[in-house]
Amino acid sequence: MGILDIFNGKGWGVHPHDDHKRPAADVPLRVMPLPKRLCVPLLQHVGAPATPLVAVGDRVLRGQLIAGPGGRLSAPVHAPSSGVVTAIGEVTAPHPSGLPFAAITITLDGLDEGIDFPAVPDPFTLAPAEVAQKIADAGIVGLGGATFPSAPKAELGRKLAVQTLIINGGECEPYLSSDDSVMRERAADVIDGVRILMHTTGAQNALVGIEDNKPEAIAAMRLAVEAFPAISIRPVPARYPMGSDRQLVQVLTGKEVPSGARTASIGVLVNNVSTCAAIHRAVRLGEPLYRRIVTVNGGAVAEPGNVLAPIGVLVEDLLAFAGLKETPARLVMGGPMMGVALPHAQVPTVKGCGGILALTAAEITVEEPSPCIRCGSCVNACPMGLMPLEMAARIKVGDYDGADKLALDDCLACGCCAYVCPSHIPLVQSFFHAKGEIWKRAQQKKRNEFTKELAQARKDRLEREARERAEAAAKRKAARAAQQASGTPEV
Amino acid sequence: MNTSLSTSLPAVAASPHAQAQGSIGSVMAKVMLALAPATVCGLWFFGWPAFSLWLITILAAVLGEALCLRLMGKPVQATLLDGSAVLTGWLLALSLPPWAPWWIGVVGGLFATIIGKQVFGGVGQNLFNPAMIGRVALLVSFPVQMTAWVAPAMGVHAPGLAESLQITFGGAGIPDAMTSASLLGQAKTELSRGVDLLHTFANGLPTSFSGVRPGSLGETAVVLIAAGGVAMLFMGIISWHIPVSMLAAIAIPALIAHGINPARYLDAGAHVLSGGAMLGAFFIATDYVSSPSSRAGQLVFGAGCGFLTWVIRTYGGYPEGVAFAVLLMNALTPAIDRLVKPRVYGRDYKGQPIVLDKKEK
Repeated sequence: MGILDIFNGKGWGVHPHDDHKRPAADVPLRVMPLPKRLCVPLLQHVGAPATPLVAVGDRVLRGQLIAGPGGRLSAPVHAPSSGVVTAIGEVTAPHPSGLPFAAITITLDGLDEGIDFPAVPDPFTLAPAEVAQKIADAGIVGLGGATFPSAPKAELGRKLAVQTLIINGGECEPYLSSDDSVMRERAADVIDGVRILMHTTGAQNALVGIEDNKPEAIAAMRLAVEAFPAISIRPVPARYPMGSDRQLVQVLTGKEVPSGARTASIGVLVNNVSTCAAIHRAVRLGEPLYRRIVTVNGGAVAEPGNVLAPIGVLVEDLLAFAGLKETPARLVMGGPMMGVALPHAQVPTVKGCGGILALTAAEITVEEPSPCIRCGSCVNACPMGLMPLEMAARIKVGDYDGADKLALDDCLACGCCAYVCPSHIPLVQSFFHAKGEIWKRAQQKKRNEFTKELAQARKDRLEREARERAEAAAKRKAARAAQQASGTPEV
Repeated sequence: MNTSLSTSLPAVAASPHAQAQGSIGSVMAKVMLALAPATVCGLWFFGWPAFSLWLITILAAVLGEALCLRLMGKPVQATLLDGSAVLTGWLLALSLPPWAPWWIGVVGGLFATIIGKQVFGGVGQNLFNPAMIGRVALLVSFPVQMTAWVAPAMGVHAPGLAESLQITFGGAGIPDAMTSASLLGQAKTELSRGVDLLHTFANGLPTSFSGVRPGSLGETAVVLIAAGGVAMLFMGIISWHIPVSMLAAIAIPALIAHGINPARYLDAGAHVLSGGAMLGAFFIATDYVSSPSSRAGQLVFGAGCGFLTWVIRTYGGYPEGVAFAVLLMNALTPAIDRLVKPRVYGRDYKGQPIVLDKKEK
């Protein structure tokens, strides 16, 4: 975009001095023993919640469909193990608010009886739409955390004739290594999933972006990809937020996604490596998405590492499995940069949960904010080219429109600004607040307009009725006058 | 194990749950560290009077800050510990004639932090560079004291401690034998008398990288000032944009003008190596608070500082122009920040979403 870009520099993002990924990333994958119960949420994806297909008291088997898609943009949910449905109701959602959301609670019987997965023909002999249907039926959503249902995404890609798949193995969040683990241990599955996705979307080639702080994953993936020249492994610099789709697309293709548009608009589609592995299992083995690899990490965890855990396992069970050295000062679902703080440990994991962090007080030290010295660190760190300090200054005085004009809407909420700020100003936090306020005002405006419309309609109706009455009265009067004029007295 | 998991965690906060190391205090400390070698060298050049003035100026700046904080009921100790007032006093001291009387330091230091900074609302709020506000106030009010330069004594011919105290506190002023003119001052004076530069500096320009020449504390040891600046670049405290654009914008017009008429215009070397150019480029103009926060904006700002410095030096009434140039550009900083923003990802420089090239699609 011209010479000014050179002067502005492209040194976006942050390099946390210690990414805390190891030793957890180097510990071999462990399989979590079955807990006593699972709470499988109905809304684990972008779109409408799934609709329960079982009732309390029903016995369910591993892999059984327990909730169907609740709309055109939705995803089904499957039972992760065998047991009895003991409740269909609200549990605490993985959100700082601690508000409830609907889930199916299954008390497991420990037998882990599964349904028979149907035999699957070679996906490359199937029509892309059929493969997409299999992906949809398996309940696969973006496992990188965005949780957009994968099948509609692939369909969109095919409709827009995307040429290139971008496979996101960035995993730029500190502490997390679940994607790393998938690539190390299941590289062939990932690559097969990529090939299936290429078939489904019609993409001609695929670029797998992996941060260069994961040499083992890069080596494993390179080995797995040897026979497939259309797929290339592309190490990218380890720099947060490299795993953000817009940033990864730019680094791998040199193209920018226009503001407000999807990546598909520039002919690329981004999918996460764990999603690809899940697609492989769904399409080749007929296995729905009912478990995933979760990184359990943080200073308070005794044995950090990657755990293959059923979806819907409670965070407390997961932490009990990994063990706690000390009482965590904060529990986080996701990474430390964008993850959500959990209100307590009785929260189920979801499909998009790549990590559970039990952080110590020392790890989350929050310094008191001091005044902004306009050092510009946030401006240089912002991967979107925004001016966080200017937006925050406006938000501080309630000038949300001013912040909006500075493209607040383009903020990824990656947290780089708040991370680097030497004055420890809660920058991204104030942007959350402002986005909420702007949304609230837009809602209010809509409501006001609707009220105005109703009021106008009522006024129109009353006027019309008055007019009609007046007209009717005039007519009657005229009729009377005509009668009187003709001299015939009314009988 | 579960027993150690409290049912409800005390603090639930928005992301990010991590923070980089660093604080205002550590930034200020690094700047002071970068300033230290040049300061020590300057103090050795000019002896005890310079040291007294340096100390007094810093103390006055800190006192001004403390007084205001106290009056406004803000935390005094915590704010003073961020080091910004010390740095303001330090930078101001480096821009003063080293043998100036004590009250120059006191007035300048108080003016810098009280009028230049606290009146605007304290750290981060000031529109202008406080040290330069102090210097310009002194220059305009006390032109005689502010242009009384001495040749470096280099320790050898330096006045003793008693004599030094007499110079700074006694009101005796500078012994005539020791007064000297700075290069820029000499050029201006001689030009105004009708003597051209070729005659004034017939024996060559008194510029030297060693910095052994009359001037303020912070302008003589140019090499050490530049080295401190480069150290700050490596520490990531400043970026190259302001220093490079400022020095280039002084050097390029000087180069052209000198090439056309060497009798009237000083060469680029004289401009860059003398006066406050180096200190200004690395330590003054790069002040976070009063400079633009985008890289492109910093280039515009630096270039403005440099060009104005050259204009003021060449055509203005004062021999030196860095302080005025920086203050003038400080006034433009909000405008620059408004007009020169980084390009938002996925948008053009006008802020509109980028339009896809049909071929690309």
